[in-house]
Amino acid sequence: MSAALSTPASTPVDPRDRGGPAQPMLLVEDLRKHFPVRGGLLNRQVATVQAVDDVSFSVRKGETLGIVGESGCGKSTTARLLMRLVEPDAGLVTFDGDTVGVPHGISINEMRRQMQMVFQDSYSSLNPRMTVSESIAYAPYMHGLPARQAHERAEALLGQVGLNPRTYARRYPHELSGGQRQRVNIARALALEPRMVILDEAVAALDKSVEAQVLNLLGDLKARFNLTYLFISHDLNVVEYISDRVLVMYLGRVVETGPVESIYSHPRHPYTRALFASKPTLDPDRRTTEMPLTGDPPNPINPPSGCRFRTRCAFAQAICAEKVPPLEAPLYGEGIGDSPHLVACHLPEAQAAMGVHHA
Amino acid sequence: MLVFAIRRLLQAIPILLGVSLVVFGLVHIVPGNPIDMLMPPEASPEVIAQMKAAFGFDKPLYVQYFLWLFRAMQGDFGLSVFNATPVMGQLMVALSNTFILAILGASLGFALGITFGMTAAMFHGKWPDKLFSALATCGVSLPHYWCAIVLVLAFSVLNDFLPAQGMGDDSLPLYQRLEHLVLPVITLSLIPMGVIGRLVRATVLEILGQDFVGALGAKGLPRWPVIRHVCKNAAPPVLAIMGLQFGYLLGGSILVETVFNWPGSGNLLNLAIYRRDIPVLQATILVLASFFVMLNLMVDIAQAAIDPRIRR
Amino acid sequence: MSEATYDLPSTRVAAAEQPAAPTPGYWKSVGQRLIRDPVTMFVTFVLLGILFITIGAPLVTNGDPFTGSVMTRLKPIGTPGHWLGTDETGRDLWTRICYGGRMSLLAAILPVSIALVVGGFLGVVAGFVGGKIGNLIMRVMDVFYAFPSILLAIAICGILGNGLRNAIFALAIVFIPPLVRVSETVTAQARQLDFVEAARASGTTTMQIIRHHVLANVLGPILVYATSLISVSIIISAGLSFLGLGVTPPQPEWGLMLNSLRQAIYVQPYVAALPGLMIFLTSMCFNLMSDGFRSAMDVRLNK
Repeated sequence: MSAALSTPASTPVDPRDRGGPAQPMLLVEDLRKHFPVRGGLLNRQVATVQAVDDVSFSVRKGETLGIVGESGCGKSTTARLLMRLVEPDAGLVTFDGDTVGVPHGISINEMRRQMQMVFQDSYSSLNPRMTVSESIAYAPYMHGLPARQAHERAEALLGQVGLNPRTYARRYPHELSGGQRQRVNIARALALEPRMVILDEAVAALDKSVEAQVLNLLGDLKARFNLTYLFISHDLNVVEYISDRVLVMYLGRVVETGPVESIYSHPRHPYTRALFASKPTLDPDRRTTEMPLTGDPPNPINPPSGCRFRTRCAFAQAICAEKVPPLEAPLYGEGIGDSPHLVACHLPEAQAAMGVHHA
Repeated sequence: MLVFAIRRLLQAIPILLGVSLVVFGLVHIVPGNPIDMLMPPEASPEVIAQMKAAFGFDKPLYVQYFLWLFRAMQGDFGLSVFNATPVMGQLMVALSNTFILAILGASLGFALGITFGMTAAMFHGKWPDKLFSALATCGVSLPHYWCAIVLVLAFSVLNDFLPAQGMGDDSLPLYQRLEHLVLPVITLSLIPMGVIGRLVRATVLEILGQDFVGALGAKGLPRWPVIRHVCKNAAPPVLAIMGLQFGYLLGGSILVETVFNWPGSGNLLNLAIYRRDIPVLQATILVLASFFVMLNLMVDIAQAAIDPRIRR
Repeated sequence: MSEATYDLPSTRVAAAEQPAAPTPGYWKSVGQRLIRDPVTMFVTFVLLGILFITIGAPLVTNGDPFTGSVMTRLKPIGTPGHWLGTDETGRDLWTRICYGGRMSLLAAILPVSIALVVGGFLGVVAGFVGGKIGNLIMRVMDVFYAFPSILLAIAICGILGNGLRNAIFALAIVFIPPLVRVSETVTAQARQLDFVEAARASGTTTMQIIRHHVLANVLGPILVYATSLISVSIIISAGLSFLGLGVTPPQPEWGLMLNSLRQAIYVQPYVAALPGLMIFLTSMCFNLMSDGFRSAMDVRLNK
């Protein structure tokens, strides 16, 4: 077992930690990706899908940032942009103080060693022709670790994700259950000893009981390896459980962000409120009278002007169509502490947090 | 839908141009001039030059190509260098003869293939399935020129039931001329039967395994309406392969036509190769290939009309 | 390892009591499934038999495929000394079928092999790189795809002239486009799978991804498709010779033999059909073998 893997959580001194605890692990500024849509007679570009539009956020060292939103809101594209599996059109990503992919910054490859990703589909994200330990050992081996050590590391990791290496190391993906495969994927992501892991709907496809086990495992690993998580999910309960802070996305934009308690107890943006209204709860005290969301999100090819939520918003006013609401601290609110609650909405109700309590 | 059809039509244009370029280029990758090959060795240089000028073989290649293409688009393929008659006339006669065979062969093959495929799928795993699957495998592996010979053997040589050569004279009564069709049509139907049969079986089995069919049954729909739903979903892939198969019958009938001495386009192509009659050769290949392209086009559009998912 | 609360109960039991049951490698399990498939095994034996009587022709027949005698012209099946009869110049048919298979198999398998290398390469490039290069490759293939295969083969052969080499060349040209298409499709599919993305996300280079992740998953389907193409190739290549465009007389070749015996159909009907039967048999065996490979390679059909 290598030194970094066995580092106890209580000694958070990582030689790769350059900026210290105050420096955010990841700083994303104005990230943008528009996909061209081709069509018409000559197959020209006729429109763009604004998958991710001027998204900014930061992830602090050691925290878990949850990203929620309906399907198609740009959550997964954001993850792929961060890993540079998709080239962004604009925007800066700064990893621990170093800008990614620019001269004098950090190279994409070096960033990928420190930031890894777990995909939603546990089956297709494992090569069906490779055994479990080959899949895990592959990346370290490609980065120059001798084959023997790479396999030793793979077996150690298997143990750490709760799979007995003697039983599972030589199995193929189709011989495992979904939960077991996702454990393997997590081990694979950890094989390069990253400091940050992006979990893109990593538990969404699992049964509820298995999901809970994997969530517990993630928490355990985070403490053990001193990890930072970016947790993407459409499941509000799961995000509430695992996250320290939450980012709500709608049609490629951030509409609200803040500490998980603050967002879950005092959601400000009408979209967030509607989203939580659709969340099933068994607690009669927390039932809400809020109107749930109706209809589908508008077509991202031609998003509404101004505030993108205005077409489904019960409180929309004239200004909502004219001006894009900036993501700012509300006029009256919890105060700008060290994790501010920001909202992108023109409405005074949202600004004042009036009448949005779940009574 | 209209946009899809027009866009698909526009996409066919570069392909057709490419096809014409290949057909034209093929003839000219062989060293030597078509006239040189045709003229007797003792012919005087002046006569050869005259001949070249008469057929347009003296101009630079690209000029020849555009002249040929321009005329071809107007249906003028020049004169045959073998008998100096217009190529177009010969080709039209030959093509219509081939069409008769291909349409009848395809219809018979498709009908049998669909019947067999559906039956096999309905009786999945039982003896009709095994029998038809074996038949279909035979069908796709059959060298149809050999099959033609076997049929001639069985129906003309060993028993004098049916004529084996040519398509009969115009003077013959209708039923006798129809008799000439029987053996070639059966031969041609075997491959489409095998291909379509296998495809229908596989497609129907796949659809039968999908959830919505179970839902239809659970809804209490009787067997026949369920089959109708299945057919509607199986149609697009089957249709696509049918179009391809019909094209193969047109282009591939050359071997069968040779066995039955059927005066179709395949026979014409064969003769043109032996006579080194370049204009006829080019025209036959170009027309058959263009037809194949157009056929694919129509199939695509028809598919999109049935299945809206294909339209983009 | 700490006392992990997340440990699944089953793994704890397994650790102590069961020695790890090593699962066989992928290709080994494919092999096991093939051996358990009687049809595939049978046709493989038939093909091996055909291969034996053709390559080892001198071992199974004493005759000479080129010399016949006027005295023994067109003898029926079962003639003493010529158990499959003789052809129109009195040559022993069994001998000619054995020797003829060499040409037929060569003219069928070689073009597919050439097309497999060329078409497979172009297809994997087009499928993985995509973009302008991929588009260019695919559009050029579309043009060749626009010809029905037999027509294209006959056209090329007819213009280049007859002969084995031209026939092989023509067939290779015919089979490149479908192989490019199949390999492009499977490669493009494999490229989209998350494990390729995951490999990219851990900094694997493009060449390494192609070698370790794409090829292994793509080679199987491409090879299966190539096997099924051989069954078509046998029919077309013999067809070319049947038209007099492939192998030239007096070389023995099944298609050519079928054509020359066709003239004798009224004299010795059964003998005339024999070479075609060989073409049919070989083609069908390749077809069934390809079916067997396909189902044996499908991992998800496992058990």
